[in-house]
Amino acid sequence: MAVGTSQKASFAQATWLVAEREMKTFVSTKGFWIGFLFTVVGLFALTVLPTVFGGDDPKVAAVGSAVQVVQGKQLDVREVGDVATAAELVRSDDVEAAIVPDGGGIKVIALNDPPNDVIRQLVAAPPVELLDASAVSSDQRFVTVLVFGLVFLMFGMGGAAIAQSTVTEKQTRIVEILVSTVPVRALLAGKILGHVILTLGQVVVLALTAPIALRVAGQAELLAVVAPALGWFVPFLMLGFVLVSSMWAVAGALVSRQEDLGSTMGLVMLAVMGPYFGVQFFFDNPAVLAVMSFVPFSAGVAMPVRMFAQQAQPWEALVSLGILVVTVVVILLVASRLYTGSLLQTGGRVKLARAWAPAE
Amino acid sequence: MLTLRGISRNFGDHRVLDEVSFDVRPGRLTGFLGANGSGKTTTMRIVLGVLAAHGGSVSWQSQVITPQNRPNFGYMPEERGLYPKMKVREQITWLGRLHGVERTIAQRNTDQLLEDLELTDRANDRLEQLSLGNQQRVQIAAALVHDPELLILDEPFSGLDPIAVETVLDVLRKRAAGGVPVLFSSHQLAIVERLCDDVVIISKGRIAAKGSREELRQTHAGDRYEIVVAQDAGWVRDVPGTTLLELDGPRAVFESEPQQVLKAALERGEVRSFTPVVPTLDEIFKEVI
Repeated sequence: MAVGTSQKASFAQATWLVAEREMKTFVSTKGFWIGFLFTVVGLFALTVLPTVFGGDDPKVAAVGSAVQVVQGKQLDVREVGDVATAAELVRSDDVEAAIVPDGGGIKVIALNDPPNDVIRQLVAAPPVELLDASAVSSDQRFVTVLVFGLVFLMFGMGGAAIAQSTVTEKQTRIVEILVSTVPVRALLAGKILGHVILTLGQVVVLALTAPIALRVAGQAELLAVVAPALGWFVPFLMLGFVLVSSMWAVAGALVSRQEDLGSTMGLVMLAVMGPYFGVQFFFDNPAVLAVMSFVPFSAGVAMPVRMFAQQAQPWEALVSLGILVVTVVVILLVASRLYTGSLLQTGGRVKLARAWAPAE
Repeated sequence: MLTLRGISRNFGDHRVLDEVSFDVRPGRLTGFLGANGSGKTTTMRIVLGVLAAHGGSVSWQSQVITPQNRPNFGYMPEERGLYPKMKVREQITWLGRLHGVERTIAQRNTDQLLEDLELTDRANDRLEQLSLGNQQRVQIAAALVHDPELLILDEPFSGLDPIAVETVLDVLRKRAAGGVPVLFSSHQLAIVERLCDDVVIISKGRIAAKGSREELRQTHAGDRYEIVVAQDAGWVRDVPGTTLLELDGPRAVFESEPQQVLKAALERGEVRSFTPVVPTLDEIFKEVI
């Protein structure tokens, strides 16, 4: 029998093995695919549905001289012989409205509400001049905030898988074998790395499908505006993810059973949801948004949105990115110490101060 | 050889290990005995580096163990645990690789171990689908997959049925025969008595006795003998200086003056057997703790 065929795995090897196992395990769960599919479908729906619903011209019935009036308008016209037939079509909901001659002009017959989309076609709109014409309309900005925010929220919450996998290791006590085999830091690094790669993979898929979705929706011009912002969003998203993952890992290490996870997840959830709601509420307030775009946790959503709305210069984004990188390093160091200090403590919830205390 | 010298450890004000010293020699199965809470698991955790010692040193091949030079140990913790949702073969191979074994070798070792432990047909089941006894065997495989230089097993036989005990024992003996020092704790004294070469007994954090099994028995044999003669042996109580401890017709157990008793017996007639009484591990254990 060969004795000692093994060389100690290097830190990098150990980290990669842990990452590999995390990815395999996570990808083989149903939750992962459901969540991912949901995001992709949601993204498509958000961009495509407005076009689908808003796309068709309203159906109307026209009688006699009214036919000339509706010609050339964006209406789906059906000519009928008399007013009574037209009214019957309205009543049976075959058309939205009937347009009939009335004295010298015309009259619109509808069922219970004035058909605004039809009326808009029949009146002459006054010319409009925009004093502050922007490439990005308020609606487009709203959609972008919503999408960026949702994607950030999805992946941020997805980091909870790290907490769960850590608790599983503590609960089943395999952690004792792991700790006696590889450095604790390699465990933490591997977990974060594995989930970062998974998230990056999903972001890439989303980034590739988003332009397709926008084209399908006939929003090609929006694509040109979104693309640069998307370029900013990806590094912010990834760094933001590392930030919350290390917090998720600590949340998992502090408890010994899945049932107790709720007690430590609160703060992390706040760090993930806070920026999401903050940006949703304040996206129309440039001052608040500017502050949020430099605060590490909300920067992930706020800065790309500002870039998208052309409210910020590239140097601002770089500064914010720098702040984020420093924060990530600090949080990683803190998390690594807390993780090490709490991983082998079982029974109830480990107090932060105790996890922080130097190892005995 | 694994050497522990003067290991101490406190939990708060409570001293759980006090100057613990013993050796685990290559090629031998060393049984680590002690009551619950006597410090067995703490000692093993310190050897593995899972827990820090507050004094003393642990050396491997006369070098003090540090995280950098910690050799490849095989460890089976007292509280069992592997990933419940991971497949058996995949899991063992992964653990082997985590110990630094190359993938192909890890796979080969895994297959061999699963065969030795009669688990080959469960290789692709998730761990949680196995019975507790089989999970226990998988745990043994996890401790052995990287061909460790030293084996530390905390209660490896608890929860195993007698057949499984034999299977596991075979596997461990094979390793010991290959020159690997094996330290295992147990409270099942009968098993330890039957299979281990060396014994270390710990009581309230101190080493109460240690040595080879035979040595220990000899040292604790005391001055006790058993004699079986042809007729009633009641006369033994009249031999000067001797205390009769037990009498059962022709069989007597007594203490002190064995030569006087033997002489007297031969004068009276036939002696069928005359032996020093060697204590069982159970008796030694009760005596020292």
